[in-house]
Amino acid sequence: MAADSLEFYATDAHRYDELRDRTGALRPHWRPLIERLTADGPRAARRGVELAQRLIVENGVTYNVYADPQGKDRPWVLDPLPMVLPAAEWRQIEAGVAQRARLFDALLRDLYGSQQTLTSGVVPAELPFGHPNFLWPCHGMTPPDGQWLHVYAVDLARSPEGSWWVLADRTQTPSGTGYALENRQIVARVLPELIRELGVRPLTAFFANLRERLLAFAPEGETPLAVVLTPGSFNETYFEHAYLARQLGLPLVEGSDLTVRGDTVYLKTLTGLRRVHSILRRLDDDFCDPVELRADSALGVPGLLAAARAGRVMLANALGSGVLESAAWLGFMPGAAEQLLGEQLLLPSVATWWCGERPALEHVIANLDRLVIKPAFPSQRFEPVFGKYQSPTQRQRLIERLRSRPHAYVAQERLDLSQAPVWRSGETPGFAARSLGIRVYAIRTANGFEVMPGGLARIAGDSRVEIVSTQRGGGSKDVWVLGTTADEPQQLTPGARFRVRHDDLPSRLVENLYWFGRYAERCEDKVRLLRATLAVRADPEVWQRAKQACESFGVLRSDPRIAVALFDPDNPIGLTADLHRLVYCATEVRSRLSTEHWAAIGTLNRESQETTAALGEVVPPDPREVLDRLLAPLVALAGLALDDMTQDDGWRLLVLGRRLERLQFLATLISQRLTASTLASQAEVEWLLDIAGSTITYRMRYLAMPRIGSALDLLVRDGTNPRALAFQVLAIQDLLQRLSKSLGAAGDRSVESAFTQSLQPLLDVDLGTLEGEGHGAQAARSAFAAGLDALAAAAARLSDLLSSRHFSHVKSDMHTVAA
Amino acid sequence: MSAAVRYRIRHETAYAYGGNVMHSRQLLHLTPRSAPWQTCLAHGIELDPLPASRRDEPDAFGNTVTRLEFDRPHERLAVVATMEVEIKARPELDPGSTEPWERVRDELSYTGRPLAPRKLEVVRYRMQSPYVRVKHAFERYAQACFPAGQPILVGAELLMRKLHADLTYAPGETGIATPLMRIFETRRGVCQDYAHLMIACLRSFGLAARYVSGYLRTLPAAGATALVGADASHAWVAVYCPPLGWVELDPTNGIRAGLDHVALAWGRDFGDVSPLRGVIVGGGAHQPSVRVTVEPIASLS
Repeated sequence: MAADSLEFYATDAHRYDELRDRTGALRPHWRPLIERLTADGPRAARRGVELAQRLIVENGVTYNVYADPQGKDRPWVLDPLPMVLPAAEWRQIEAGVAQRARLFDALLRDLYGSQQTLTSGVVPAELPFGHPNFLWPCHGMTPPDGQWLHVYAVDLARSPEGSWWVLADRTQTPSGTGYALENRQIVARVLPELIRELGVRPLTAFFANLRERLLAFAPEGETPLAVVLTPGSFNETYFEHAYLARQLGLPLVEGSDLTVRGDTVYLKTLTGLRRVHSILRRLDDDFCDPVELRADSALGVPGLLAAARAGRVMLANALGSGVLESAAWLGFMPGAAEQLLGEQLLLPSVATWWCGERPALEHVIANLDRLVIKPAFPSQRFEPVFGKYQSPTQRQRLIERLRSRPHAYVAQERLDLSQAPVWRSGETPGFAARSLGIRVYAIRTANGFEVMPGGLARIAGDSRVEIVSTQRGGGSKDVWVLGTTADEPQQLTPGARFRVRHDDLPSRLVENLYWFGRYAERCEDKVRLLRATLAVRADPEVWQRAKQACESFGVLRSDPRIAVALFDPDNPIGLTADLHRLVYCATEVRSRLSTEHWAAIGTLNRESQETTAALGEVVPPDPREVLDRLLAPLVALAGLALDDMTQDDGWRLLVLGRRLERLQFLATLISQRLTASTLASQAEVEWLLDIAGSTITYRMRYLAMPRIGSALDLLVRDGTNPRALAFQVLAIQDLLQRLSKSLGAAGDRSVESAFTQSLQPLLDVDLGTLEGEGHGAQAARSAFAAGLDALAAAAARLSDLLSSRHFSHVKSDMHTVAA
Repeated sequence: MSAAVRYRIRHETAYAYGGNVMHSRQLLHLTPRSAPWQTCLAHGIELDPLPASRRDEPDAFGNTVTRLEFDRPHERLAVVATMEVEIKARPELDPGSTEPWERVRDELSYTGRPLAPRKLEVVRYRMQSPYVRVKHAFERYAQACFPAGQPILVGAELLMRKLHADLTYAPGETGIATPLMRIFETRRGVCQDYAHLMIACLRSFGLAARYVSGYLRTLPAAGATALVGADASHAWVAVYCPPLGWVELDPTNGIRAGLDHVALAWGRDFGDVSPLRGVIVGGGAHQPSVRVTVEPIASLS
């Protein structure tokens, strides 16, 4: 059996095989996993792969790749078969990574302080001084707790002899911890028993400690507030920022959500400014403060450097820590370890030469065939070059380049990465070999650096590629560190300190929640309108009127191809455009949405994209089927808004958005029908009830053929029908009261009372007078329509008021000036 | 020729924001540095409106930086820096006595041996910086100025004259966002562009060069011709020329800096020492008006 599943797992003499030893026998730490999977058979394996795929799609795990032809988001690629490491081997990695984190922290302190590593000649001054992330405005600064580095990551690969080597270090804003956690949660669903039986070490304590660390900086007596600072939803790892913020229970903020007054950083919240004590940043060094760093950065926080200089905010990591992200440092780390720590460096790095040293340059030129040439600084536009693939002319040009500015280049020996098994599904399921590297993380805790017992394994898309990179289309794996009895069980105990705070709602988040509510309702209304309209296509008279209504709402374009008329993505007020806006708002509030919420959003996004893609096909999508498929997740969103969210002020604004939207839509729809000269037919009333989702309620209540008078009673005046206008007004009134109680907002309430009062004229009318073909009935209908219009207009004014009252300080309107 | 000149300098900057600015942070480099040939006798910065906070501190390059925060709504901002500075004649230099440029380059390069702090300070100015990207094209352009064994100051002065001859002074055509390559291709720009281009050329040879921000005497001394760039703040270049140390060259005018040049601040490029920069929240159009006058109040011999 085992022989079968390993049929496609080829051995490569040049690589270390994670799975099998030189005799071909399975290594002991892999055996339980492989034997179990083999015993479960290929069908179980396929189910596992499919489950992992489904969870990734449902959880919306994505990795944005700039200029990806397939669109903005690409699903994360996870091979559910983990990379397994035995406890003893892990201890060595752990010690080496923790030491390296300590060393980098000490090196940052030196470079931004006395620079003894430079004057002693241990480290070339060209490395920091030529690096764009060496921030001179930070020179002489001391971070609040004396720590420069809080979160550190290192890329490791195994050499053919079996030892782990450092490929690269991440000291600025290391990414991937969130993906590592998400991978673990998915793999735990696929292989639940194995995780337990093998005693795989959990990751949760690592995140708890990170959170503790961030919150620990608040002084005694102040409620701690830490935030995750993201460049925004267009960043390649935004999913992770939102995910991390949710896992850590911290607000996810953009630069414009923060302001610095004096030397203190504040979060603009719904309830005013709240002091921020710590920032886990995902924004690059030089983008962080347009006053003192890159002036063209609109993503930063003006004055952040002043706050950091005054020691009033902890930044993880300190500004300028990106200076250590260059392969050029690797060769100098043993000397730095000796000078700064008095220790031998535990983890070797892949052989690297910085060409700025004359002897190194000569060595590199003499050995070009074995080497990869890389830029020494990230600001250079220079892709890695493999010496052995160069033509004689290219080679000559490369040598000239190296000689003319040697300090700008680094040469590295190529390392044959180790190989590990991946699950292959399809015709012949089993295991296949892929090369891999692992990224390991460390965080600063009260007891020094702690290494995450696991990590992110990255696999090459092809078994023989030489560079493993997420941006180059590889995949990922969970990393299992096997436990020993000596390892303490690390269970996450949800205590008071883990409770998510709800009074720290960033204003921008609240604004997006409001619009998320509005667009969710708007899309649902439009889908219901179109669906009801397509259902009356057989009745020419109703169809004509219904079509006009759709046109006036902008959801139907004049195009003979019905699918195009309905779903044209270029129609700025069409359904597809509104679905895009809904997905955008959802992305912005992602840190507040549950997995179920996100699954509904994911479905909408996919349906919408697939429909758009299919518009040009010979057999266009059937519009009614598409609308049915869209309606289900939209209805789910409505339910989730009621049942699946903490009912704080953010939620109140979301529901306000929904209510106002529903009110404006229905009032406008009914008003349009009433202003027409003829009385609505029975079929038209049925159409209206269908759009308002009230057909069944009507039948139960009136037991009669639909008539406009009783329909209006149900759709306008019935305070118990959750679709009726009166119901919306009452609900809005209630939400506004709760909101002003919670926020203590006082002052002018004239817009609110005008809104509430605008319902009254509609309640006073004798609805019987609206029925009939006569002139009087027609005038009564027009008057009622005017009342509906007034209500819709009052709702629009209320919406503007909410914007100016709660979201006005969101738009920061920031300019940089220079003279 | 006088041995020293005393200047009174007034540098006015006025922002009319065309709307209320709610919050603003400003960073000023408007305090003259001291040098063996330059003494600041009096100095002040007047601000209107008054800021909520003001701090004057040395920056990483030894310049005084003034950090301001305004937290009340204001529609305009006036910054008036006044100073009295005495400039002494600099010693006569013999360019031929400076070290060959390759030796300078090698002495500043990493060897694994200890590096004196004084030299470490120089090394800061050898590398590419945000406004000075070093390209191979610059090296080719300046190749003829630096033949093997050329004394460094001879080469630097040749380069200065070459730039002065090749470039056209064209005020208003470029801004701080104009890429250096563009200026190199069009051969047009202002003092800041001349300085950045010269620094880029020098650094492409591994030499150290820094950006000097300052002023020029507004009206020429009797019998002399008016210098270019005197009606605003000016910029030039300092080149590290051992054994003489830093020598200041003004490529916009093709001359060595002398009695007409008053230095404010220096750094790797404009970004380190821009006289005023900041971020405002709110406000509308914000084109500042800048006026600089540099008057001699005494000539001392």
